Amino acid sequence: MADNLILRVMSKALIPVIILFALYVQFHGDYSPGGGFQAGVIFSSAILLYVMVFGLDAAAKVLPDKALIFTASFGVLLYAGTGVVSLFLGGQYLNYSLLANTAMAGQHIGIIVIELGVGLTVASVMLLIFFTFARRTRVE
Amino acid sequence: MISLTIDIVLLIFLLVMAFAILRVHHLLAVAMMFGLYSLLVAGLFMVLDAPDVAFTEAAVGTGIATVLMLATLAVTRVTHEKELKKTNKRALFIVVVTGGLLLYGTHDMSNLGDNMAPAHTEVAKRYIEKGQEETGVPNLVTAVLASYRGFDTLGEVTVVFTAGIGVLLLLRRKQKPRIKGIQGGR
Repeated sequence: MADNLILRVMSKALIPVIILFALYVQFHGDYSPGGGFQAGVIFSSAILLYVMVFGLDAAAKVLPDKALIFTASFGVLLYAGTGVVSLFLGGQYLNYSLLANTAMAGQHIGIIVIELGVGLTVASVMLLIFFTFARRTRVE
Repeated sequence: MISLTIDIVLLIFLLVMAFAILRVHHLLAVAMMFGLYSLLVAGLFMVLDAPDVAFTEAAVGTGIATVLMLATLAVTRVTHEKELKKTNKRALFIVVVTGGLLLYGTHDMSNLGDNMAPAHTEVAKRYIEKGQEETGVPNLVTAVLASYRGFDTLGEVTVVFTAGIGVLLLLRRKQKPRIKGIQGGR
């Protein structure tokens, strides 16, 4: 679809806005609707749009499979690791109250960190699944 | 009044979409209509004051799932449904019985917005009353998902991760076979 001028111009205008919105949903999720999962799927839908208009190779240059596999595992590790850190600080697993001086600040930090982990994993897994499907269609 | 009108319009469109999906035999069109169906459901979630769920439904149901279905159709290269000569009586029986049971099950559901419903009288009360001061997070959904139910969310993320691993293991193409025996002999 890369030869369609209207699609190219429109998607070039839309994709940055979608990615910005995904980041907003990610890091503003404790004040407004949304969170890691929503941000992850919104981010991956922006890349999906990019792939459909500009092709898989262009997207794979920016987001190679190896990097996606790394971030997918890193997200889970970040989440589980936050729990381990709170264990070492003398609390219960995934109880963030001890991560900072006050319990409330600790909870806030913990929630932001684990939401980041969720967002990373969801975005990269969705993209990995889509890339894998898309490659099957091309090489036959 | 306005919200009632929106409800009715959305539900009518949902019904229209469901019947259209049943009647249309072109799989590409069916995939697109499933996307539209998800978008309508996202609108309904929005009316029910659940923007978090509406986000997910709109992005996953309308965006990613539709594109994955289109990609699958492109792989299988089947664009038309197989014609059925006669209705399968056993399948019809199972569908009718399951649908009847589901309808019967809705009798036990509490009314929408009923504050004496079991879901609202147990832990939810404490989340609403103490959530903000215990977590410092104004969005209650995030507080429950990330803090009170952090363990569940960790499980969900692990499920997503496992699904990704499964798809990679099953569908990923390797340039050359790993085991040398297969490569050489027949």
